[in-house]
Amino acid sequence: MPFIPHTEEEVRQMLEAIGASSIEELFDEIPDELRFNGLKDVPDAMSEMEVAQLMQARAQADGQPLCFIGAGAYDHHIPAAVWEIAGRGEFYTAYTPYQAEASQGTLQLLYEYQSMMTALTAMDVSNASLYDGASALAEAILMAVRANRKSKSKRVLVPRSLHPAYRRVAYNIVRNQDIELVELPFDMTGGHTDPAVLEQYAGEDITALVIPQPNFFGVLEEVDALTDWARANKVMSIAVVNPLALALLQPPGEWGSEGVDICCGEGQPLGAPLSSGGPYFGFLCCRQAHVRQMPGRIVGRTLDLDGKPGFTLTLQAREQHIRRSKATSNICTNQGLMVTAATIHMALLGGEGLERVAAGCNTNIGLLRDMLTGIEGVEPIFERPVFHEQVVRLPLAVKDVLHTLSAHNIQGGFDLSDDYPELGDALLICATEKRTRDEMQVYQEKLERLVQMQSKSCGAVPAG
Amino acid sequence: MVLIQEQSRAGRRSSAQAPLQEVEATSIPEQFRRKSRPALPEVSEMQVVRHYTRLSQKNFSIDTHFYPLGSCTMKYNPRGCNSLAMLPGFLGRHPEAPENHSQGFLACMHDLQETLKEVTGMRAVCLSPAAGSQGEFAGVAMIRAYHDARGDTARSEILVPDAAHGTNPASAVMCGYKVREIPTGLDGDMDVEALKQALGPQTAGIMLTNPSTLGVFDRRIGEIAKLVHEAGGLLYYDGANLNAILGKVRPGDMGFDVIHINLHKTFSTPHGGGGPGAGPVGVSARLEPYLPVPMVEKDGTNYRWLTERDRPETIGRLSAFAGNAGILLRAFVYARMIGREGMARVAEYSTLNANYMLKRLQKAGFEAAYPERRATHEFIITLRREARTLGVNTMDYAKRLLDYGFHAPTTYFPLLVPECLLIEPTESEDKETLDAFLEALITIEEEAESDPDLVKGAPHSLPVKRLDDVRAARELDLAWRPGADQEAD
Repeated sequence: MPFIPHTEEEVRQMLEAIGASSIEELFDEIPDELRFNGLKDVPDAMSEMEVAQLMQARAQADGQPLCFIGAGAYDHHIPAAVWEIAGRGEFYTAYTPYQAEASQGTLQLLYEYQSMMTALTAMDVSNASLYDGASALAEAILMAVRANRKSKSKRVLVPRSLHPAYRRVAYNIVRNQDIELVELPFDMTGGHTDPAVLEQYAGEDITALVIPQPNFFGVLEEVDALTDWARANKVMSIAVVNPLALALLQPPGEWGSEGVDICCGEGQPLGAPLSSGGPYFGFLCCRQAHVRQMPGRIVGRTLDLDGKPGFTLTLQAREQHIRRSKATSNICTNQGLMVTAATIHMALLGGEGLERVAAGCNTNIGLLRDMLTGIEGVEPIFERPVFHEQVVRLPLAVKDVLHTLSAHNIQGGFDLSDDYPELGDALLICATEKRTRDEMQVYQEKLERLVQMQSKSCGAVPAG
Repeated sequence: MVLIQEQSRAGRRSSAQAPLQEVEATSIPEQFRRKSRPALPEVSEMQVVRHYTRLSQKNFSIDTHFYPLGSCTMKYNPRGCNSLAMLPGFLGRHPEAPENHSQGFLACMHDLQETLKEVTGMRAVCLSPAAGSQGEFAGVAMIRAYHDARGDTARSEILVPDAAHGTNPASAVMCGYKVREIPTGLDGDMDVEALKQALGPQTAGIMLTNPSTLGVFDRRIGEIAKLVHEAGGLLYYDGANLNAILGKVRPGDMGFDVIHINLHKTFSTPHGGGGPGAGPVGVSARLEPYLPVPMVEKDGTNYRWLTERDRPETIGRLSAFAGNAGILLRAFVYARMIGREGMARVAEYSTLNANYMLKRLQKAGFEAAYPERRATHEFIITLRREARTLGVNTMDYAKRLLDYGFHAPTTYFPLLVPECLLIEPTESEDKETLDAFLEALITIEEEAESDPDLVKGAPHSLPVKRLDDVRAARELDLAWRPGADQEAD
């Protein structure tokens, strides 16, 4: 029996100890009319070898295309040691460290993780993870509504330049608590949120302002001005950042004159493989003053009976297993293993290593942009500086271009035409440190040929 | 153990791990840049590997210890599930990859969806919720969407039994509902008279775990479902305890309208030191339009995502992409390895193990919370007599178990049973292990009588002694800071 060790003799002994004649008898409290037998639509068991053959065939079917898509999930190198160690059974098969004395490995690691995240973001405290970047933003908004006691409106300003899926997820999660998300337009030339658009809200009761850095277009926002506006207007500021970019960029704790109140984002660039979108992890950091409004697990350092330092889950009175309906969040299981990987990843790379990766990404997107916009009819849309993504306009319908490229094993980017129809045939491209000049060349040549073919066959550049 | 940060030495690096060339990010103007490097560790690769290997050895885990943590289903996580989910084609797949680069992955997701539909008896399943709590949120949000769509907007209350997981009331509140608790009767089943009193036009639904967290199957579930439906409410099934009934009873057949399944419990995906989990949701026909997105559809021979555009009434997406896809792959592999017959065996042998332990503990003089009832896949003993007469409480027993090399069961939950241990052995443990654990508990009972301080001072053999939680919460130390060590000296 797969994964069940019992011998017939043991089953007999155990039933005898129970005083039951069969295993079936142990289910005798379940009313007969509810009993079910069959599961006709569940397939028969396979051996490990057979299921391996099935999975290998399916994994191969998806190929290993050349990836220029970013849009919230990034193809970075992950050092071999990261998953060698994170995959150890002692990490992989433990659970939430409820018994602190038997979980010092996970607990110390989480404390180290919290320390790394506060160093990276220049915030006071970090929790031990949330599900992903988008749901972390939703939690950050709920947290801001609780923490900003002076505000009664529950109105939160959210830039249109923020990842569209994050905006949707935040809405889906907070909508039933009478929270209103108000969209801020972006500047069509710069691709950023012009701080001037906030003027119309001055003096109004606004609970929080969300500030992405970089934003969904890869563009760097005027974070100092936005943060200072929030502070001056008694609005909580929530940064949504790429943690890898923070190796280069000013950390949210230092934005404006005093830094932001809450900082969250997607931890995937720190050691999580693309893996179809998950598991990744959300992170959430904040000022000390707001720590009791934080959702999720938090690890603290304390002393044991002998006065020796040790680690334990703390501030549990915020959490659902203690506080129930009055908890700061319903989250229980978080993304512990991903944080384990991220901690090892950050320890291996250090500040300088992360900076090299980030700078490599930034250099590569410049290179890719120059190569692609060298093609006639392909042009950059926004003129402001970017981190590792760039929006370009194509002379063809983006959908068709991506379709053709994918047949050539190239994933050319993220099509913006559904989420931002105002940008026309706009494509969001990404180049991480992993993309080589040769790979970019392949992309450039294929795209150039496509554009040339189209303009020849149509005699004109189609409007899309 | 010394923190990785404290092992840092200026100028040391794991230089092979980052790009060799130092390049200037010339396009980023000075005003956007950080002024100094973050204080991350400067250590060698070997230091990192040794440090985290050693830390790992300070953990109890399923791979190293019996871990009978009630309500958490800490069963063996097959290694094959891990290695097959980590095939390069799966790890490298971008969430926004086009369909022609997705057929293999989507086929796995579709097959898993179908299996979960069958084992739960639900009409449709969405895999994307990231863990049980997000599944609960999705479920209650669907209940709300259903009532709202009918213009039935006066329903403001979700009923939750007093034995429920804390996530249930917390999830209901996140969806904008008030929570009303329903007491449990003396036999461990829900107090149906109290339920009748609580039901009314304000009832949006009820959230139930069956078997409940008390380790018993609520025998009146049929009647409960009827009463709630008659009042216009819907029934939510918390799948935390699905392991107990897999292949034996289906939530859909019990009358539930919406469920979540904890794949990190019943489908043996890893608990990872606190996640990632996966909390797919299943629904009956009337809630189908509201399922979260994305879902997977098979269209002829082609698999494709269903998104907001295909499903206009959806409660929407709850994470940026498709939830914990890599965990879903592990669950799929597990489902294929145990197959149809293996599903029912999960329930059978986990129930056999639990009943065996319960009977032996009762014979040894321990008090069962519900002595007249069968155990399901878990059961509760209460140490209130020991606490009262010996001054040794449940936490002391739990800590002493660690000395004997066993992870402690769940303690002090559910809240309504005083001094309780919630014990869940799972089907993957053999009889010798169960016997050794039982012997340890019996020994601790003797120790509590002969040398109570030994038990009250436990653990004695772990890397740290009992930790001061009060100090942890009062004198918050949540992060290491550069220079902090010197200040302390």
